[in-house]
Amino acid sequence: MDKELKKQLEITATKVRMGIIEGVYNAKCGHPGGSLSVCDTLTYLYFNRMNVDPKNPTMSDRDRLVLSKGHTAPALYSVLAHRGFFPVEDLKTLRHIDSYLQGHPVIGKVPGVDMSTGSLGQGISAACGMALSGKLDNETYKVYAILGDGEIEEGQVWEAAMFAAHYQLDNLVAVIDNNGLQIDGKISEVMSPYPIDEKFKAFGWHVIVIDGHDFDAIDKAFNEAETVANQPVAIIQKSVKGKGVSYMENQVSWHGAAPNEEQYNIAMSELQAKLDELTK
Amino acid sequence: MEKKATRESYGEALVMLAEKRPDLIVLDADLAAATKTGIYKKACPDRFFDCGIAEADMMGVAAGIATTGKLVFASSFAMFAAGRAFEIVRNSICYPHLNVKIGATHAGISVGEDGASHQCNEDITLMRVLPGMTVINPADDVEAKAAVLAMADFEGPTYMRFGRLAVPVFNDPATYKFELGNGIELRSGTDITVIATGLMVAEAVEAGKILAEQGINARVINIHTIKPIDRDIIIRAAKETGKIVTVEEHSVIGGLGSAVSEVVAETVPVPVIRIGVQDCFGHSGPAAALLKEFGLSADNIVKVVKDTLGK
Repeated sequence: MDKELKKQLEITATKVRMGIIEGVYNAKCGHPGGSLSVCDTLTYLYFNRMNVDPKNPTMSDRDRLVLSKGHTAPALYSVLAHRGFFPVEDLKTLRHIDSYLQGHPVIGKVPGVDMSTGSLGQGISAACGMALSGKLDNETYKVYAILGDGEIEEGQVWEAAMFAAHYQLDNLVAVIDNNGLQIDGKISEVMSPYPIDEKFKAFGWHVIVIDGHDFDAIDKAFNEAETVANQPVAIIQKSVKGKGVSYMENQVSWHGAAPNEEQYNIAMSELQAKLDELTK
Repeated sequence: MEKKATRESYGEALVMLAEKRPDLIVLDADLAAATKTGIYKKACPDRFFDCGIAEADMMGVAAGIATTGKLVFASSFAMFAAGRAFEIVRNSICYPHLNVKIGATHAGISVGEDGASHQCNEDITLMRVLPGMTVINPADDVEAKAAVLAMADFEGPTYMRFGRLAVPVFNDPATYKFELGNGIELRSGTDITVIATGLMVAEAVEAGKILAEQGINARVINIHTIKPIDRDIIIRAAKETGKIVTVEEHSVIGGLGSAVSEVVAETVPVPVIRIGVQDCFGHSGPAAALLKEFGLSADNIVKVVKDTLGK
């Protein structure tokens, strides 16, 4: 990947992280950990990959993204806001009673959201339906489904995995955000979904394993996904829950908790320092 | 009178619909031969997709297809469409208010020999409670076909209930018109009103005839749209006849009887006696024998009406 482009994506991802913290802090609740782990890939997709138009969020030939791990809405909202779908300022209203920024993504309420999600395991099925419909119409759009590694404990994910391979949905890319943690602890201790790569391979998917915080690796993976024919693609990204905020990294307690004022200030100053370093 | 199962009508109506709607997609979960979507599959193999034995995924796939603007029907037995996939129907279809039509067959105890595991007497309750869901329960072949064709032009999630058992075709295809949300008065009367839905409508009509021979003029109403329910026809019946008996091949908890009771309790409080499955599971046996055992027959409707009137 071009160095300047990579730097720009890193800058944008840092701003997106600040939006995540801003949202969750003002909501006094929400899910920062998984939002921060998936943040780089979402930033890459919306800023460098997907054919979307913030002025026409429902255009029929757009690429679609289903945030199957819907609780990480703060990341999706922050990316969409920074991409121009709605004002960045509105992120402060996340989860408020009079806000359109619902706790989990909703079609029709939040510009740019392609599917209502929140109940785990369901988004990937909807993504399969979108991909199937696109193929029937000979559309060239791509469908991206973003799943958590804990989420794939849901049986419906594997029903959908069978469907996608059976109908050769090569316009579908699923990203599995493998940050290794779920609410009750390490995924390997709660209910191990490992080996994730072998499972998707066995279900007939083309599997790519990457570092989810390395834009070169992310770019390479999605380029490779473009070349795959007659198979859906699973990108399993190793990631760090809470990535970018020192005290949140790899801490399961930050799955679904908001920072207090002191913690908010620390998070924002760390991210601001990162931003200063990138833009100096 | 000719008899036909409404699941057959469903399969045939999908083929009729295919000519008008090239965007029609039909999904099934390995039951096409039984739900009769197999009739459509044969006619339009490129527009039919089997999801395998995976009803949860099927409902999600249907939701995804609907977001792209196509008309999609998702089919399975009522037990699995409304039961197993309930939460997906709620969160992936109803919450985003997507235009998915659920064609659920083998509803009620008339499933017969398969027994209680497959006899779904809870689906109307489960679907009726979902915000924005329309619930249709047609009574015969003519009504089932007309309902499928009409609902194809209606935007929004819809649950359509069909039966396995062949039942009398009593509506006249030349004159029948399906009007969403409008109950149909099949027999006039002022002594009492019998409100029935689905397969029980033919039994209610028969009961009306028997009662008339015994000097009791029962009004008979067919409610094919459980939600939104026809409040006016129910309120009028309560006012003009003073007593209501409801009949459904479904649990008396949460189904037609409950829906009618909700209307009259808030408007014209009159007694509502609910004939249906009385908070219990069914069991294996021939459909006709089971219907009789569970009181879902013209004879039992006559008995309940006479008891209610003290005659």
